[in-house]
Amino acid sequence: MHVLRQPQDPTQEATHGVTGETTKLGRAIVVTSGKGGVGKTTTTANLGTALAQRGARVALIDADIGLRNLDIVLGLENRIRYHVLDVLEETATIDDALIPDKHSETLFLLAAAQAREKDEVDTEKMRALVATLRERFDYVIIDSPAGIEKGFKNAVAGAEEAIVVCTPEVSAVRDVDRIVGLLGNRFRPQLIINRVRPQLVKKGKMLSVEDVNAFLRLPLLGVIADEPQIIVTTNRGEPLALQREGATANAYHAIAARIAGENVPAPTVELKKPSLLEKMGTMLRGGR
Amino acid sequence: MLDLLRRLFAGTAPSASAAKERLRLVLMTDHLALAPEIVEAMKRDLVDVISRHVEVDREKIEVTFERQDRAVAMLANIPILSVNRPSPPDRSLPPPVRPRRKRGRRRAANAPVPAEPAPAT
Repeated sequence: MHVLRQPQDPTQEATHGVTGETTKLGRAIVVTSGKGGVGKTTTTANLGTALAQRGARVALIDADIGLRNLDIVLGLENRIRYHVLDVLEETATIDDALIPDKHSETLFLLAAAQAREKDEVDTEKMRALVATLRERFDYVIIDSPAGIEKGFKNAVAGAEEAIVVCTPEVSAVRDVDRIVGLLGNRFRPQLIINRVRPQLVKKGKMLSVEDVNAFLRLPLLGVIADEPQIIVTTNRGEPLALQREGATANAYHAIAARIAGENVPAPTVELKKPSLLEKMGTMLRGGR
Repeated sequence: MLDLLRRLFAGTAPSASAAKERLRLVLMTDHLALAPEIVEAMKRDLVDVISRHVEVDREKIEVTFERQDRAVAMLANIPILSVNRPSPPDRSLPPPVRPRRKRGRRRAANAPVPAEPAPAT
């Protein structure tokens, strides 16, 4: 089974290698997980933001047709006129449907259709759309729906790399294991472990990063803590990666740097001893 | 050390260990279910070994995997047609088997045979 996970033949990396500026295609990366609710959309929004903050041109595609959400996380829900199916069915142009982000100049969103179904997407057209976007953007990041059915297949259709998001739970790890088997060796999947709570890991109440990856054995792109601030930023529609400081914002920036090929260590979560002041603050807020 | 003390006082095993153990078993069963060619190969080898001693019905062999307490068990249901051995070491044994005895043998053979628990990987 593990034969499926060997890294891809390096000769095939030429598409985003050193082939001169004019012919250089952007990278198409699918963010997937199998299981729902592990943070694919939040991860997509934050990585898109972090890459755009570095100056890269980034297009995000919400491939969760029928359950549009990426627009909410980015705070763009009121700006959507056309969606990805309009483009695929040629009732709108790509430029009509690409929504510029509020915060990052080089970030654009192609929203999912809300009142449609996943089965209505033509896989070949989706592949062609991603190929077209790769000519115009440095990164095309596709937010996959949960599941392993047609929606997932459409989401991976145009991608050439995969980021799998997993939480330290038995069900999430099992689903990632399955997804990685389905992806095969074409996508060189890399792992982000999301929602880690170092306090619980230390007490032996949560699977650690090492535990999870002892099963999955994937290149670790980074670890994101279960951070209350994520909820706050999602409420506001302002991805956490817009912030310049803070452990979790930094983790997103480090992951973006790694995606861009910089040799920075994979972010990890550390158990920080709360200072007396922080303890008092927590107590005053009613504890957590 | 501190953790150990804490665990002792807590009285229960930390749930992360339970999660790890469950994950190990669930992935093992998943992988077996996803690798029919491995199961087929095991079936073939099993039958080859058993056929050295008794004649079995190759068409009706069933191999299943079941999660038991702490391991994945392989259950093989191998109907025995006769105890005629291709080259019986004991030549005093008469080749034709009496029907009554044959039935008894067969029933016993139909009961699931729990294999050795698969070793942890």
